[in-house]
Amino acid sequence: MSVNNELVTVNFGPQHPSMHGVFRMRVTLDGETIVDIEPVFGYLHRGTEKLTEERTYVQIVTLTDRLDYVASMSNNLAYVSAVEKLCSIEVPKRAKYIRVIVAELQRIASHLMATGFLLQDLGTFGTPLMYCFREREKILDLFEILCGARITLSYMRPGGIFQDTPNEFWSELETFMDNIPGQINELESLITGNEIVLSRTRNIGVLSPEDVINGSLSGPMLRASRVKWDLRKANAYEIYDELDFEIPIGATGDTFDRYLVRVKEMKESIKIINQCAKLIKPGPVRNEDVPLVIRAPENEAYAAVEGPKGELGFYLVSDGGISPYRCKIRAPSFMNLTLLKEMAIGGKIGDLIVNFGSIDIVLGEVDR
Amino acid sequence: MYGLGLFKGLSITLKNLILVNRTNTIQYPDKKASILDLAKNEKKNLILYIIKNPLNTVKSFLGLISITQHAPQHPRFRGEEFSWYEERCTGCASCAKYCPLGIIKIVTDQTGKNYQEGQSYDIETFDIDIGRCMFCGLCVEACPYDALHMGSGFEESQYQRDNLVINVEKLKKTEKKPSHWFRPQLASKKDYSPFDDEVKWDSVGRHQKPTQKDLKNKWIRSDIE
Repeated sequence: MSVNNELVTVNFGPQHPSMHGVFRMRVTLDGETIVDIEPVFGYLHRGTEKLTEERTYVQIVTLTDRLDYVASMSNNLAYVSAVEKLCSIEVPKRAKYIRVIVAELQRIASHLMATGFLLQDLGTFGTPLMYCFREREKILDLFEILCGARITLSYMRPGGIFQDTPNEFWSELETFMDNIPGQINELESLITGNEIVLSRTRNIGVLSPEDVINGSLSGPMLRASRVKWDLRKANAYEIYDELDFEIPIGATGDTFDRYLVRVKEMKESIKIINQCAKLIKPGPVRNEDVPLVIRAPENEAYAAVEGPKGELGFYLVSDGGISPYRCKIRAPSFMNLTLLKEMAIGGKIGDLIVNFGSIDIVLGEVDR
Repeated sequence: MYGLGLFKGLSITLKNLILVNRTNTIQYPDKKASILDLAKNEKKNLILYIIKNPLNTVKSFLGLISITQHAPQHPRFRGEEFSWYEERCTGCASCAKYCPLGIIKIVTDQTGKNYQEGQSYDIETFDIDIGRCMFCGLCVEACPYDALHMGSGFEESQYQRDNLVINVEKLKKTEKKPSHWFRPQLASKKDYSPFDDEVKWDSVGRHQKPTQKDLKNKWIRSDIE
């Protein structure tokens, strides 16, 4: 009997049950060991950057909802910050607080989803995912109170937010904030000490600090590899300089650390929201001098926020018209995906999916 | 001890399984009715209901009866049934200009009638293609006279695409249940809920009509002419 040891090419995706969205990987295998990976993407390309060139500045807010569709608020925030920088628009203080509150709520929702799907990739059949979704659903309810939609929010406008919060929002937020720390602790005690999870994620997909900096990664991926870099501290936009919070970092940079950093970040977000809810004062929420059709001066601007997945930036170039001449989106998911090859090569095929899940990508943002 | 974390996790799942009041699933659109729900629906005493409807009692114990249940919504919900007020609309087509997808089509009277300032255009066509609408609500934001409002329904599915286009006749006929989206004057009305109550055209908008200068400031920045 002869042993057949030639390399096999396996095609993961675009419609594969263990894939996130319509991502495709051509994996070359030597038995179970990965020899090469070729990522193929673009299946969800909608030409967002081109579409912005024929829409007015406010209309583009609706397009940004559809980039990273599990974190629309952060996309809205990044885009309107870029427009405000471009046209030098002042934002009222109350609007800044509300923006930070909703951005942090969105971070919790996005991290819950990332954690849930990482565990789904590990083979837990739904239980942790459903616990995560239960909490995320409550955040979506809060968003529905605020802006009447759950996913495609279009909440922010250049110069503030579209309308002040309704009264019932604050009481609902308080109930939610009372419950969420317990729920996150429950999730943590379900997963963090679990021996199966530990053996599947410890020392899997290790990235060194040099790797992540050279790969221009950002967000939890970067911080899990011991690099203490957060735009909320490094470039305190909105009102983050007034708030007291910490940047959690990982120990080794493996998949488990990336999960742990996300859980710790959720706890920091809770701290931030509680502080904002205390500090917020009544006042205007929208700069009334900003017209519906903004005519930006001939200029260019880049503004970035620390989204749930990393540095989310918008680069706008204006030629003096009512729509941008060019809009470049720095999508964190896309950048974080570049190190998939480094993480996976030499590992086993079962770990490939776990590594991929720990990056936490959304294809709407990768393909744009 | 190896395996302790596993048992800790299992105890949490067991806790969530046994504590039934932690169920978060909402049965929609139908819910299996218990005898309590049925009695509550008919506004009757439970014992009285059981005596009068013995058949329903048995059926509900077997789980054969279901009652309609609505998904919880909030008053700012951006729904499909646009509320449009003929009396308030001037045919300025601000909504059509502001729509990111260009799905609102407005044709006004083409006879060349001499309109005076303050008069409204006669509207011939007002089509909203909700098959392509993404319910961003920007048309509502743009409307200077508070004539167009978001609705609160979301169950308007149709078999034909053509039926998804809302035309003037449909807009006139729909129940006027405007949502709170971008209408703070409706939110400040204490006893108004967009799911039950209808609003007349004269109480839906702001008290004063915006002036030409206001409109100009709203649309273009005054320092750049």
